[in-house]
Amino acid sequence: MRRLVATGMAGGLLATLACGLLPASAAADEPAAQPAPKVELVLDVSGSMRAKDIDGQSRMSAAKQAFDDVLDSTPPEVNLGIRTLGADYPGNDRKTGCKDTRQLYPVGPLNRTEAKTAVATLAPTGWTPIGPALLAAAADLKAGGDGTARMVLITDGQDTCNANPCDVARDIAAQGIHLVIDTLGLIPDSTTRNQLSCIAEATGGTYTTVQHRAQLTTKVKQLVNRSTAPVITPVATDGAANCADAPVLKAGLYSDRETFSENRWYRVDVRPGQELRASVSISDDRAVNAGYGVLLRGVTLHGREIVRDDEGGTGRTDAVSAGIRYPKPKADSDTPAETVCLQVGNSFSAPASVKTIPGLPVELSIDLVHSPDQPSDVAFYGLGRGWWLLGLLAVTGAVAGLLTGWAARWRMNSGRTS
Amino acid sequence: MRTARRLAAVGLLAATALTVLTGRAAADATPSATPSASATSGEQGPPTEAGTNFRTATVIKQGQQATAGASAGDYLYWVVPADTGQKVTVKATVTFGSGSGAAATHGASTWQLDVYDGLRRRQPCRYGAQTRTAAAGAATVELACTLRPVRAYADTWSNDPLRGAYYLRLTALDVPEADLGQPVRAAITVTSHGTAGRDAVDGSVAPVVSANAPDVAPAGGWAGTWWSPRWLWTGGGGLLAVLAALGAHRLARGPLRTAHRPRPHDADRPPYPREGAGYSG
Repeated sequence: MRRLVATGMAGGLLATLACGLLPASAAADEPAAQPAPKVELVLDVSGSMRAKDIDGQSRMSAAKQAFDDVLDSTPPEVNLGIRTLGADYPGNDRKTGCKDTRQLYPVGPLNRTEAKTAVATLAPTGWTPIGPALLAAAADLKAGGDGTARMVLITDGQDTCNANPCDVARDIAAQGIHLVIDTLGLIPDSTTRNQLSCIAEATGGTYTTVQHRAQLTTKVKQLVNRSTAPVITPVATDGAANCADAPVLKAGLYSDRETFSENRWYRVDVRPGQELRASVSISDDRAVNAGYGVLLRGVTLHGREIVRDDEGGTGRTDAVSAGIRYPKPKADSDTPAETVCLQVGNSFSAPASVKTIPGLPVELSIDLVHSPDQPSDVAFYGLGRGWWLLGLLAVTGAVAGLLTGWAARWRMNSGRTS
Repeated sequence: MRTARRLAAVGLLAATALTVLTGRAAADATPSATPSASATSGEQGPPTEAGTNFRTATVIKQGQQATAGASAGDYLYWVVPADTGQKVTVKATVTFGSGSGAAATHGASTWQLDVYDGLRRRQPCRYGAQTRTAAAGAATVELACTLRPVRAYADTWSNDPLRGAYYLRLTALDVPEADLGQPVRAAITVTSHGTAGRDAVDGSVAPVVSANAPDVAPAGGWAGTWWSPRWLWTGGGGLLAVLAALGAHRLARGPLRTAHRPRPHDADRPPYPREGAGYSG
């Protein structure tokens, strides 16, 4: 009897061990082949590029050498283009000078010799029309294929034309072409630095101050290589003001725009046994007030809140994120999918001088996975711990022992033992 | 005598089981050792780049030191898998300057390391200097964050850490305008230690890794953990119960006379003597 119990215990232990050791499988989908990434280098060839203050060289020759290095090391799959600004018009007419931007090398498969020759011909000349150059470059990038688009702007001065290039950049980003603009300032003054970091912030890019030629080369190479990283491009959607009119979303990545303190609604169908996982990130692509927040709620069609998450913060940030999980319990196969309304709200605010149109970029990620809606047990494998457990087990054992002991004595006393 | 032998057998069995358990426990105490070993011997070295948002976060492995060259003001993202039971510690170092030559002169700046889970929910740090201000001219600033133990299951309303992807974001919270865009180098290491212990719960939430983000998984897959001190408690409790049962049984039954086993036909002798002072149980 006791041996049986002991054997059973050990067996159970081993079985549990084996179960625990079995690895859980995780599904991993390989992303499909990416279309060729597109990069356009936008180079300032304005008169100020003559200044000889980068490692004793002129800014222009430093940029040319850096371009040579970059062109040599560009990954073969990247479609690279080059655009100049202020390269051709030396005159004083602002109107003409502010239109001076030219595509030096079209976005496409790279012919290194041709591209290098084209770069070698450049001489510092004219104005700094950053805004028009950004618009033209965006058009260049829009044209060729679905790949990720990245623009690298290299300049040494602020925009000398009227348009605020920062607003231009934000408008470009709002066009839904997912263009990232990285900016590099060559020995910049504070106005240039602010303008360039504003452009980068508006599009999710980076801003770098360049003081040495090697630094310029490394950074441009890094940015060009960054474009080859596989990434999922969000699908543009348009959230509604209430759940009834909201677009129905499937699993995937979505982008939207939401103005300050706005709430947008989306709908997702969740089948029984599935778990809805939604994450939202709202980026502040312009100057905002110090305190902000984001809210993500899952609500039934009747307005009952299922689950919510909110996140707030203060200070400098690129995005504020929140996420929710909602597992729908398993049911019969004929049970219809439940429609969950997702509310995405933000409490960003901005000084009155800041434009509110277009809205802040919203990134909404939706996953539907199979996951249990209940824990198997609150305890780990149903195991216990603590002195109370030990005491209880010992007392139980003692009571059982006493009972069997008395039974044995009674049997022996009454002569029934074998 | 037979009882004693049985007792010894049961004891031996239990002792073996315990030895096996504790042996496995000792082997399991450093779960991060395995991924780090496979990471360094992998096909390529640790990443030298960082992503710029959740979608482009660079995948790193536990125990690996990832580095990145960046500009002050950049938002650097990495993503790392963490499995059930792990207590994850993230350590980040920001070095001012491009790495070669003396650090560029700079003003005081504040740096922060944020950790987000697979649902992009910000995770609190149990301890560690998550935010630090670097004095003007400082060469480096070091940040650290230790997360709560990763759980196997949590209510949907809670933001308890679940197994899955963890995003790490390193950024300058506050940087003087003149220093914006200056080169910095960042290094980040993620380690984990220990087992969940009393935080261990049962459950099997599918790993929180979005299909819309970089795919991460531990080197050995999402195995979870099977070890918890609860095994010892419960096993020890069972052993205690067996011992208590044997003792109580012996006590209640009284001694057996093994040499002269009383038989029913031994009518002239009392079949079962009362326990004497010489009884040793």
